[in-house]
Amino acid sequence: MRNAARLSIVIGAAAAWLAGAELGMAGDPDGQAYDRIEKGRYLTTVADCFACHTVPNGGKPYAGNRPIETPFGIITSSNITPDNETGIGAWSDQQFDDAVRKGVRPDGSRLYPAMPFPAYTKMTRDDVLAIRAYLSTVEPVREPVKANTLPFPFNIRLAMRAWDALYFTEGEFRPDDRQSPAWNRGAYLVQGPGHCTACHTPKSFLGGDKTGDDLRGFNLQGWFAPDITGDVGQGLGQWSEADLTSYLKTGHNRITAATGPMAEEVVNSTSQYDDDDLHAIAAYLKSLPGQPTAAPARPEQPAMNAGEAIYRDQCSACHGLDGQGVAMLFPSLAQSSLAHASDPASAIRLVLRGGRSVATDAEPTAPGMPSFGWQLDDAQVAAVLTYIRNAWKTSAAPVSGDAVGKAREQLSTRPD
Amino acid sequence: MPRKLPKKDVVIIGLGWTGSIMANELTDEGLDVIAIERGPWRDAPTEFPTNYVQDELRYRIRHELFLRPEQNTFTFRNKIDQTALPIRDWGSFMPPNGVGGGGVHWNAETWRFLPTDFVLRTHLTERYGAAFLPEDMTIQDFGVTYDELEPHYDAFEYLCGTSGTAGNLRGQIQEGGNPFEGQRSRPYPTPAQKQPFSHTLFAKAARELGYKPFPQPSGNLSQAYKNPLGLQMGPCTYCGFCEWFGCGNYSKASPQTTILPHLIRKSNFTARDNSEVIRINLDRSGKFATGVTFVDAGGVEWEQPADLVILAAYTLFNVQMLLHSKIGTPYDPVANRGVIGRNFTHQTISSVNGFFDNKKFNFNPFIASGSIGMCIDEFNGDNFDHGPVGFVGGGYMGQVQTGGRPIQTTHVPPGTPKWGAQWKNAVRDNYLSTVTPGTGVHGSFYSYRDVYLDLDPTYKDRFGRPLMRMTIDFHDNELKQNAYLTDKFAEIIRAMGAHTLDKAYRKGPYDATDYQTTHLNGGAIMGTDPNTSAINRYLQSWDVSNLFVTGASAFPQNPGYNPTGTVAALALWAAASIREQYLKNPGPLVHA
Amino acid sequence: MAMRRRDFLAGTAILVLSSMKSRAIIVSGGLPWTPDAGSPPVPVRPGPWHYFTADEGRAVEALADRIIPPDPQTPGGKDAGCAVFIDRQLAGPYGRAEGHYTRPPFMPGTKQQGPQSADGPAATYRKALAALDRHCQSAYQGKRFADLADEQKDQLLKSIEDGKTKLEGVDGQSFFTLVIKNTQEGFFADPLYGGNRDMVAWKMIGYPGARYNYLDWVERHNERFPLPPVSLIGRAEWSPKL
Repeated sequence: MRNAARLSIVIGAAAAWLAGAELGMAGDPDGQAYDRIEKGRYLTTVADCFACHTVPNGGKPYAGNRPIETPFGIITSSNITPDNETGIGAWSDQQFDDAVRKGVRPDGSRLYPAMPFPAYTKMTRDDVLAIRAYLSTVEPVREPVKANTLPFPFNIRLAMRAWDALYFTEGEFRPDDRQSPAWNRGAYLVQGPGHCTACHTPKSFLGGDKTGDDLRGFNLQGWFAPDITGDVGQGLGQWSEADLTSYLKTGHNRITAATGPMAEEVVNSTSQYDDDDLHAIAAYLKSLPGQPTAAPARPEQPAMNAGEAIYRDQCSACHGLDGQGVAMLFPSLAQSSLAHASDPASAIRLVLRGGRSVATDAEPTAPGMPSFGWQLDDAQVAAVLTYIRNAWKTSAAPVSGDAVGKAREQLSTRPD
Repeated sequence: MPRKLPKKDVVIIGLGWTGSIMANELTDEGLDVIAIERGPWRDAPTEFPTNYVQDELRYRIRHELFLRPEQNTFTFRNKIDQTALPIRDWGSFMPPNGVGGGGVHWNAETWRFLPTDFVLRTHLTERYGAAFLPEDMTIQDFGVTYDELEPHYDAFEYLCGTSGTAGNLRGQIQEGGNPFEGQRSRPYPTPAQKQPFSHTLFAKAARELGYKPFPQPSGNLSQAYKNPLGLQMGPCTYCGFCEWFGCGNYSKASPQTTILPHLIRKSNFTARDNSEVIRINLDRSGKFATGVTFVDAGGVEWEQPADLVILAAYTLFNVQMLLHSKIGTPYDPVANRGVIGRNFTHQTISSVNGFFDNKKFNFNPFIASGSIGMCIDEFNGDNFDHGPVGFVGGGYMGQVQTGGRPIQTTHVPPGTPKWGAQWKNAVRDNYLSTVTPGTGVHGSFYSYRDVYLDLDPTYKDRFGRPLMRMTIDFHDNELKQNAYLTDKFAEIIRAMGAHTLDKAYRKGPYDATDYQTTHLNGGAIMGTDPNTSAINRYLQSWDVSNLFVTGASAFPQNPGYNPTGTVAALALWAAASIREQYLKNPGPLVHA
Repeated sequence: MAMRRRDFLAGTAILVLSSMKSRAIIVSGGLPWTPDAGSPPVPVRPGPWHYFTADEGRAVEALADRIIPPDPQTPGGKDAGCAVFIDRQLAGPYGRAEGHYTRPPFMPGTKQQGPQSADGPAATYRKALAALDRHCQSAYQGKRFADLADEQKDQLLKSIEDGKTKLEGVDGQSFFTLVIKNTQEGFFADPLYGGNRDMVAWKMIGYPGARYNYLDWVERHNERFPLPPVSLIGRAEWSPKL
């Protein structure tokens, strides 16, 4: 477990912040000043460079070589330690900025959007160079990175030019004058360094953001990263601001808990955000409107009856007879956006395989859920999920036995 | 030659309750700690999940979570002049195995001993005179008082979130609690569990007979709770699969729910499972431990050097380890010399089943928790005048039925055949309307010269070492105590409205095939005199000053209560002595 | 940490994992977890005997039906599957006395010292059933136990139970005690083990089965619990009825 240094940064008034953003190219600040490096360390945590650029469980920090699963194959992260030969030690600040905010390497070739430059482009140059300043202080590691590991035809980087033309809009975040400074800070963090859109925004079949559906959820790595707009049924509409800050900081709140890839995100990144930044993110996300969708299909009564029986006999042991769980321990299925998500992939996965929620210093319990895959057949899993999604305040589309069967097959090949 | 591992500050033998407590305390002190556990790692979602733990055959009848006698067992005889034979499958007790130890599958009955229990010989001699005690009774004072332990009892109860009603709050007797208990500094951290029908009915009957019933202190929580280490627990849902079973929904206090998730995150703590410590190693002088030798699952021997050794295994394994490591003088009952193995005790258990009219009474016995129950303490310890009755000791009694699992809870009225149509009809007619308290009478078991542990001359374990031998039988004192208490208990069951009682007195000889709780104690007892105790009042070995021995092996005799509360309080007390005294000045803490 | 899924022979109910077969692990930093971890039970599948010969199976079915006779409301031991239960148990680790201390010397002891035989339950059944049938054939004109009339069976069993009739080469009394115990275990255990078919025993007594949450019933005193029993492998209501 890596303990990043705790950092407290005082966020100045909006004017000061905006003034800082307008610095632009004029006079890049001194890369060795202590304040700058600390700012860089914080922003590196926010951008979570560590997660993708470090092999889990003992890899050298930022030395790359971590395989990252994408819908197009496995891609391997690069070494971003200051090693001159195998890392980025020899890069200029401009080259670093171009990579992070334009997706272009020093040799002109394009980065794949597994590196979330479509999000990082919104960062200010000052913030990016602060990150650079911090990365220059980490231990240089001589670690050559494996060559392009994507399968054909995705290994043709030249194709990225076309992709960029379709899906990449370069440009810094523009604050909205009608909104508060906190809202703008939240928007900046979510759209920029936090790169929440990388997992939570639906993508086209070529992997570009469907920006009209920003943050409405996306299926990746065998999970559905849920809707995190303010939608009442699918998103965070039932969460208070305190619920959201608690979730990001500790991995848990009275409704739900982080698991799967989000667990890693909480441990490495959001649990170390400033409280002010957490409030800003909460303000921004909750302000995003829900999308009026057609009422979901009504569930069939046989499925509801069967699901109710299974729920009472099994799930109620932890999730309670009323579906409300136990705060900070067992998620409230009645209110869980993950359980009600339009794409039930995460819910199916948890029922079939079990799961464990994240442990943080503030919430170390990390309760586990058993696997039900051996006990319930596809129709039964579908029935109990249909029941859970429709028994209480909100409704969601029924789950079919076929969907469960497909998921069971796909999951059986996953190692994680 | 065992391979040598890098040295640690502390090695802890066994990762059950006391191992976890000691590990947490000593890592907080900044020490580098390793715990070596003979059995497997255990966790709720994988080893006892809510979707298959409710399996009576697997976990109670075939006792899957427990140690296999093939791995380690004992020989048994009643008297010194008999030949001891191996306990080939468990009967009267069932030793734990695995991370969490007995803390995984206990009932979570969380009692404190009485203040007089700690100074038993002094107190009884003062009140009744030395001649009142049997000549071969070897009870002793603990060497530590209730008041010294009180803050540690309190700390353990708050660690667990124990649910209860205080009876004596800083000297003020409280309505609804146990009026006989020692004074406590704070109320319980959560309120008492709600009681099902038969338990409530028992309390009503007891009250009408003039007793003061109170809810059994329960480590199955009445509500969600966050403990001082930041760990979350949920409310007990009365599944009725408590003792013998792990808890699947984080509502039973155990090392897994109250300590381990916090402990495991510390960079100065490591646990090794499936590794059996076979010896504590000593230096040439024999007065100082250098570490331990253990065997991993592949049969390979390793040496773990350490500056401080904590022997935190179950009672019997503590004593066995000391004998095999040649620490302390083995007890010789004939010569009445030596300390390792003396003052071995169990518990004196009996019950009374009550059969009720099934048209008027429906008890839903399957709705229960492990520590549910309404109890009375009028007949425990020295809470009543023993002069007229001719014995000492006693126990709490109560309707403490913990479930209605059908293989074991299909009782039939006395005289019913054990099989056939009559049996079947009786089972059908009585299941829902029978009160079967289980450990309804939970009496003390005092210590005697001829009840002890030593090494067997014939039978060997898989390493070729002698098995440990138990010589244990009931004495008249305990049988009298039990008969008296059982009769009192029967009166209350009758007063509940039972039409037929089945009184099962505890009778001798001690039967190693009949389950009587796993509250085995003694063998490495604490005390103030190194001639009659193995460890001092801080649980530090008199012989090896960098060895501490936690567990019920420390009890010089067993009062009429479940042991875990006191086992944990003593461990916290010992940990405090290590942190506040020993580490600053390693060496004997008591000079006798 | 990976928990091995245990491979079962079809029909063997439980495999006791001796700790000597497990890998040792070092745990540090966080609680281990892998998907699908744990060892869920594997249900017994109906089919031919795994341990009993045809004669032995018939004998045990007959015994089960005397220990738990059929009546109009509830099936007897045979139809409830008790003999299947016993067969599968004897074919598995229970039958082999796996995990018991089986080192010599074997010496007879007191009742309080417990069984001191080298034979596990499976071997005991084999010997005793043979002795039982031999006894019947000699005492009842060539008939095996299963062929006797019910009254004759009951009489004989009572006599064995009381110690009046001895079986050759085995302790008939303790064998009968064992059969009673195993039959009643099979009757009341979860149906996945082969007995208590369709939860008939649980329905008979009003036991609701493998449930976990009774919080809404703790204080409903003296009321009949209304939900039907459920096994670890579910109940009929779990599957949507179309």
